[in-house]
Amino acid sequence: MRPVLLPASLEELWPLMRDHPGAAFMAGGSDLLVRLRQGLVDPPAIIGLEGIAELGLVHDEAPGWLFLGAGASHTALLEHSLVQRRLPLLAQALAVLGSPLVRNQGTLGGNLGTASPAGDTLSPLYALEAQVELRSATGSRRLAIADFILGPGRTALQAGEIIYGAWVPLAQDWSLAHFEKVGLRQALAIAVVSLAALISLDDGGVVREARLALGSVGPTVVRPRQAEQALLGRPLDAASLKAAARLVRQEVSPIDDPRASAHYRRQVAGNLLLRLARPAD
Amino acid sequence: MILHFTLNGQATRVECDPDRRVVDLLRQDLGLTGVKEACGAGECGACAILLDGVPRLSCLLLAAQLAGHEVLTIEGLAGGEAPHPLQEAFARAGAVQCGFCTPGMVLASHALLARQPRPSRQEIAQAIAGNLCRCTGYHKIIDAVRLAAGLSEDDS
Repeated sequence: MRPVLLPASLEELWPLMRDHPGAAFMAGGSDLLVRLRQGLVDPPAIIGLEGIAELGLVHDEAPGWLFLGAGASHTALLEHSLVQRRLPLLAQALAVLGSPLVRNQGTLGGNLGTASPAGDTLSPLYALEAQVELRSATGSRRLAIADFILGPGRTALQAGEIIYGAWVPLAQDWSLAHFEKVGLRQALAIAVVSLAALISLDDGGVVREARLALGSVGPTVVRPRQAEQALLGRPLDAASLKAAARLVRQEVSPIDDPRASAHYRRQVAGNLLLRLARPAD
Repeated sequence: MILHFTLNGQATRVECDPDRRVVDLLRQDLGLTGVKEACGAGECGACAILLDGVPRLSCLLLAAQLAGHEVLTIEGLAGGEAPHPLQEAFARAGAVQCGFCTPGMVLASHALLARQPRPSRQEIAQAIAGNLCRCTGYHKIIDAVRLAAGLSEDDS
């Protein structure tokens, strides 16, 4: 038997963390409890974060930013009007994350902390250039998501810190926000490749800014900078997208695993770009 | 720990380890074997229960998390000897074959009908996307939910 601690506030959390070194944090439990059952982890205590109300907040009180609390479930985020209105890219990803049951269970903070290359919220957060806020008993710090996630299952989170939430800049209105996941089946699929794309077009339909983020094709989400650059100043037509797709295939670094071969992932990563084609005006 | 929660409408007190999985607590300690376990990893939905009305996976919950909350399992759905209209509809539509997914399917459907009393086939399919059936397929299950909602196939 191990203690399961359920603090109701951050003030209650900090002393528990001090008194239970090595405790595992749990939000939805969809990762931790599976690993526990498989015998991969054996923490001396579990600290559940679900009772800390402020971790579930979603707000736009800081001008230019949307805050997404780490404890917000995927369902809560998907149904939140601010996410639907301001972050359609993230909403598209949440709609195909796991199943309704998994979305009721899992949280944004869990997706960040698990740091799986296949985490469905991660490629949108990379494209949105979100920042991750970490809190400890003594302070707070914010890291770009690309600096927070270090590799599969590895983050910059240090002992004494928790993931507090994600800050998403609302600096601009994008002409196009597109998320697509390719899996082995339609529902409940783990991504074989995912693409999150934000495109800003000028009045003539020419690309002013392009942000592409690909999941499951490298140890972390990949921003293919050369492909993004190649789209600038061009319309979103078959020629420009095919050229960018070739660069994407060079920039990703997928592996073979039971779900798909590296070769397949590389091909599909490029092919997904072709979905961004828009008819010329 | 001494755990207090509401189980199928009844105030319940049970002694258990705080890190006992809820699926084990319900099945083994409390004898509610309508809660099924198949994958044990959150992928199949057989262990679904309603926690404060929300479909949740009891294989991914710990006993301590239930304190002060309301749990509904398939055993508590009808609230008496007569089957619940959803259970009746599952039987009439032929939506049950081996029956292993049925408790989770019925509870997920129950939660859907609570917020959307007239669901489309598409909405039903989405609501049960986390409940895997390997026997009948999903058409008869969707038929059953439509039947329970009083919708015929001519309705939209």
